[in-house]
Amino acid sequence: MDVTVCGGGNAALCAAIAARRAGASVVMLERAPAYARGGNTRHTRDIRLAHDAPNAAATGSYAEAELLDDLLRVTAGETNRPLAELTIRESQALASWMTEQGVRWQKPLKGTLHLARTNGFFLGGGKNLVNTYYDMAERLGVRVLYETAVTGLELRGRTARAIVCERAGTVEAIPCDAVIVAAGGFEADLAWLKEYWGEAAGQFRIRGTAYNTGLALKAMYEAGAKRIGDPRGLHCVAVDARAPQFDGGIVTRIDAIPFGIAVDAKGARFYDEGEELWPKRYAIWGKLIAALPGQAAYAIFDSKAIGGFIPSVYRPLRAPSIEELALALGLEPAALARTVGAFNDAVRPGGSFEPGSLDDCRTEGLAIPKSHWARRIDAPPYYGYPLRPGVTFTYLGVEVDAEARVIDTDGRGFDNIFAAGECMAGNILSRGYLAGFGLTIGSVFGRVAGESAAAYVRG
Amino acid sequence: MFEADLTAEADRQFAVCNACRYCEGFCAVFGAAELRTAIGDGDVAYLANLCHDCRMCFDACMFTPPHEFAMNIPALLSEARVQVYERYSRPQAFARMFRAPGWAAGSVTLGSIVVVTLLIAFGMGAAELWTAHLGPGAFYRVIPYLAMVLPALALAAYGIVVLVSGARSYATDIRSSAGDRFVSLRSIGTALRDALTLVYLRGGGEGCYDVKRGSPWRRLFHMLVFWGVLADFGATICAAVLQDVMGYLPPYPLWSIPVVLGTLGGVAIVVGAAGLLALKGRSDAKPTSARMIAMDYAFLAMLELVALTGLALLAFRSTPAMGTLLAIHLGSIAALFITAPYSKFVHFIYRTIALVKNASEQQGT
Repeated sequence: MDVTVCGGGNAALCAAIAARRAGASVVMLERAPAYARGGNTRHTRDIRLAHDAPNAAATGSYAEAELLDDLLRVTAGETNRPLAELTIRESQALASWMTEQGVRWQKPLKGTLHLARTNGFFLGGGKNLVNTYYDMAERLGVRVLYETAVTGLELRGRTARAIVCERAGTVEAIPCDAVIVAAGGFEADLAWLKEYWGEAAGQFRIRGTAYNTGLALKAMYEAGAKRIGDPRGLHCVAVDARAPQFDGGIVTRIDAIPFGIAVDAKGARFYDEGEELWPKRYAIWGKLIAALPGQAAYAIFDSKAIGGFIPSVYRPLRAPSIEELALALGLEPAALARTVGAFNDAVRPGGSFEPGSLDDCRTEGLAIPKSHWARRIDAPPYYGYPLRPGVTFTYLGVEVDAEARVIDTDGRGFDNIFAAGECMAGNILSRGYLAGFGLTIGSVFGRVAGESAAAYVRG
Repeated sequence: MFEADLTAEADRQFAVCNACRYCEGFCAVFGAAELRTAIGDGDVAYLANLCHDCRMCFDACMFTPPHEFAMNIPALLSEARVQVYERYSRPQAFARMFRAPGWAAGSVTLGSIVVVTLLIAFGMGAAELWTAHLGPGAFYRVIPYLAMVLPALALAAYGIVVLVSGARSYATDIRSSAGDRFVSLRSIGTALRDALTLVYLRGGGEGCYDVKRGSPWRRLFHMLVFWGVLADFGATICAAVLQDVMGYLPPYPLWSIPVVLGTLGGVAIVVGAAGLLALKGRSDAKPTSARMIAMDYAFLAMLELVALTGLALLAFRSTPAMGTLLAIHLGSIAALFITAPYSKFVHFIYRTIALVKNASEQQGT
């Protein structure tokens, strides 16, 4: 009795391990070659876990109710409440389950202390997590087929009978007794993104794997699965414009914005850079830049800011004057000088700069204020980063029930099609960002899907 | 200072690490790199020896080739270590041995064995090489005591001078600034703890490189070699006390302290070095430098030869083979001493100094 798992990241691995441990024989179809396996999980580093007492993964306590509050806040209440509560309840057991699969934990990384209580950091980051899970899966006898892209599901009624996939240039149908789709979102398919974002999507940098083109998601839609989530919904942050088109991960993100100003291609400011504490508002900048002409923005700061933020992989451009910096960035020198001059004049004197809290450094009299951390940009050399939207994940997915069973457009569940991870996370995290919670959903629903599928094939 | 633009490459790769930081839990290298916004020659020399070559960061990195960031920190740092060993060894003419470690180890070993054999043959008579000797002072009828001890002491003194001079230059070059005095009782204490426990061969819990994922074997084998060498050194000291203070001449009985300690040490070296050799042979060669691997093989092979000939000498000391075995054993020890300042032997000096520096700067943060 075969459970076939489509995908090769965290949710797929949790599903495969759970199904195998529940007695099913399991095959995983991973689209990427072995060296690039693991989907976007490769770029993760921590997972959000509710816990009542300190454990191997996280400090202090993080009650289920508090995590639910955090989720309701970022989603503005738009969540499938029973599934959200299931995820949060089951997250309690994840730290020890992960440890049983061989996962090791480390102290929160430098610069992430604010997550020490709510999130567990696995040793070595997401690729190490993925390697650990593949090891465990293979040891348990899970078969893994790499470079195998799932393109369709063959159905009889509400039951999937076979999985259509492309392997080494040929199309074949692999019979299955149950299928778990855990193959991520569609953010790496720029043509698909353009359906909702127009030509702007051409400027997007995709931070994760180039293999998340949503083939398996499309296959579920073609089989009649019910869509959930805003198709335009994507989580994106500000990344360096020099980042590779795909797979730049965490190292291209730009944390410098609160330390200076952000301007558009005309050299004008467009949003309050000091609105909220950085970790909370970090996620808004991608969307803001996506809405700008040319999807281009620039972070401008001076030598006072150096050392204050986590550096990115690319060095900022540097110049002795604002005008020369503008030229280096491809901006109109007079325009940028005007913007910086007006900003400097508006900075209220006498504030005490405190990057860790909402300090009293702010501007006065600007149409777009900078509410905190406003310091004059007047200490050369001056620095600038060219920015683009960097897409992390999409919210579009399929509806599932509490057994991870995929729901069809009639509102009824398929007999043997289950989903986990990014392709169903939108049921719970419909919008917004909660660090490490995508992995929580993937892990919990991966396990649920694995156990449901195994129960189905056992009869 | 480094060849092949190694410093520029280190600066490029550590910019990726400092923007990522996922590997912080594996070892001290990444925490140390985070204190440096730009990487210069001294930083490369320091980070290279802070790296204990567990290679866990390579497996964990999502930016290794074929990714365009082309990350390979362990290969970069092992190549830098080779260059550090070479640069800080004096005289530079001898330091060329680092360029061809296998050839150097082989020819010096063979040469030493030949020289010792010829000295016996011409000094004592060739017959001593295949005559059984029994009773107190048996070994000295093949080679007189002073002929054995004086060259060994001279070579050891020479090695110490070379190592100390290299260590001083290295410690100067890895300072963060001219006024950086990182050597203190406290930093030395922390560094010795880190060195003796081989904490950075734990890979943060993952262990070190093996056929597939990390395993504890490399740390265990390294422990065996280290304590084996120390036990054999201790056995030599005990023997010196027995002979020069208490007046008993060797060979000593099987259950005497020098023989028991020496045998335990010898077996530990044989097993440990064989294990390390096997791990190197079985593991992926991508995250290392070919020159470092050649150096490792050469040094481990010499240790194996010394340990095995020592055990053989013990086993056959009452037979006519003793003379020949003694010549081979002493020849291989002489070769180990001669090449020591120009072989992988020197690694502990630079690693320990890097650990002292690390202890100091982490205590300062």
